[in-house]
Amino acid sequence: MLNDWLFIGVFLILAPIFPALALVIPRLIAPRKPNSLKSQTYECGIETVGDTWVQFRVQYYIFALVFLIFDVEMVFLFPWAVAFDQLPLFAVLEGVLFILILVAGLVYAWRKGALEWT
Amino acid sequence: MGDPITLIGKWLENLLYSWGLMPGVVSLIMAVIGVVVIASAVLVLDILLVWVERKVVARFQDRLGPNRVGPFGIIQPIADVIKLLIKEDILPIGADKIVYNLAPIMALGTVLLLWAVLPLSSTVYGTNLNVGVLYIVALGAISTLGIIMAGWASNNKYALLGAFRTVAQMVSYEVPLVIALLVPVILARSMGLTDIVEAQSIWFVFIAPIPALIVLITSIAELGRAPFDLIEAESEIVAGFHIEYTGMKFGLFYAGELLHALTVGGIIATLFLGGWRGPGAETYPILGIFYFFIKALFLYWVIMWIKYSLPRIRIDHMLNFNWKFLTPLSLVILIVMAIVDKIVPKTSMLVYSLVMLFVNVVVGWLTLQLLRRNAKSARMRVAEPKPVARPEPSPTAATSQTSSSSS
Repeated sequence: MLNDWLFIGVFLILAPIFPALALVIPRLIAPRKPNSLKSQTYECGIETVGDTWVQFRVQYYIFALVFLIFDVEMVFLFPWAVAFDQLPLFAVLEGVLFILILVAGLVYAWRKGALEWT
Repeated sequence: MGDPITLIGKWLENLLYSWGLMPGVVSLIMAVIGVVVIASAVLVLDILLVWVERKVVARFQDRLGPNRVGPFGIIQPIADVIKLLIKEDILPIGADKIVYNLAPIMALGTVLLLWAVLPLSSTVYGTNLNVGVLYIVALGAISTLGIIMAGWASNNKYALLGAFRTVAQMVSYEVPLVIALLVPVILARSMGLTDIVEAQSIWFVFIAPIPALIVLITSIAELGRAPFDLIEAESEIVAGFHIEYTGMKFGLFYAGELLHALTVGGIIATLFLGGWRGPGAETYPILGIFYFFIKALFLYWVIMWIKYSLPRIRIDHMLNFNWKFLTPLSLVILIVMAIVDKIVPKTSMLVYSLVMLFVNVVVGWLTLQLLRRNAKSARMRVAEPKPVARPEPSPTAATSQTSSSSS
């Protein structure tokens, strides 16, 4: 058990090193002659207008919010699924009730028009 | 055990013990060796995948593909890598240097991390984590973060738009993905991937075809591949989140995407297609690796097939498809399968599987009926004449009248 997490921990440390190595090698062998024209923002040929961090649609934010509710609740269902053998039918139905509360949230967001992209 | 990989591992462990090292140090060294072996093997595989992808795309588009460098062009990806390595690295004005450089590392690193839990055979796996499915879901979320970082740090409006679309798309499609992943967990009573493979005396794709399909569709969306490639839609936002990346940094995104596609194939093969299971895989674990890669590459090919056959869908259609179709469907199938699993006795695996398959077919049929009815009512709505700001003189009015009278 502890060995499993040791493996994950070692992997977590070593996994970024492989791609990082691929970024270090070009630093050593590739040419590096930046000038102000070359490092301009690439948009469409003419100079960019205004700041990059412009206002954006609030819809993106709403979808992220709806997702947050779902994801947190789904994580709670994983222990329920693992312990399925020990659960009597009543406990399973309780889990279903939990999912139905989730569905109520989805229906609410749907009726409110949060899922419309207008 | 006629398995050379396990034998080498045991021999190495005994060698380290014979040097008089402490058990903790030995397991640390073994872990480091295991990680380096897995990661380098996967990266070599990744270079080969570039060739596979280009060759298969060419065939889908009625071309030959790379065929000059080496036999069948198989050395082409190595030439590509050398070209990317010696290309000048450009840092755009106003980019956030640390985040900008960290993003490609995260994009490939998270995909590498997924291979820590994938069981290649009954004896060859990185580690048998008892929360394997949760680990996969968590890493999927982190790879999304890499793309958002790339878009945010590039100081480019198109890249930022790509990052926003990522938020809308990947985050949305994670919901049905996680719900559908609950089904194999329920069927196997475990989150460990090795346990899930061992529970599949009958492949889960035959017991739960609808969740398998949902996982495939949402995984393609998580990959950001066509028809869900809005995050890098060439005709709209140039190249999306990686517009400002050149050389090896772009190469890492590209390699990460290809490897992610194969890894997704491997995950679906493990969860629904029996992983390393196949004739003779129990006695000769080395055969299991072969079966695993056959299944993973088959699914990779299916993903490519979908990518090069379907056009890109619009963003509102994409979100509607997820929130108004996939999410309700996955919730319904989860509830139905959970209840049926409790009611039907597991004395006979065959009867149990047939009942589950029947339930899936019924739910699928009802869904299709519902969709058909919905589409019909939508068509009726389109047929009605719409109010216009400036009504045209007689010809259009006449046609709208005839169309309304005929409907």
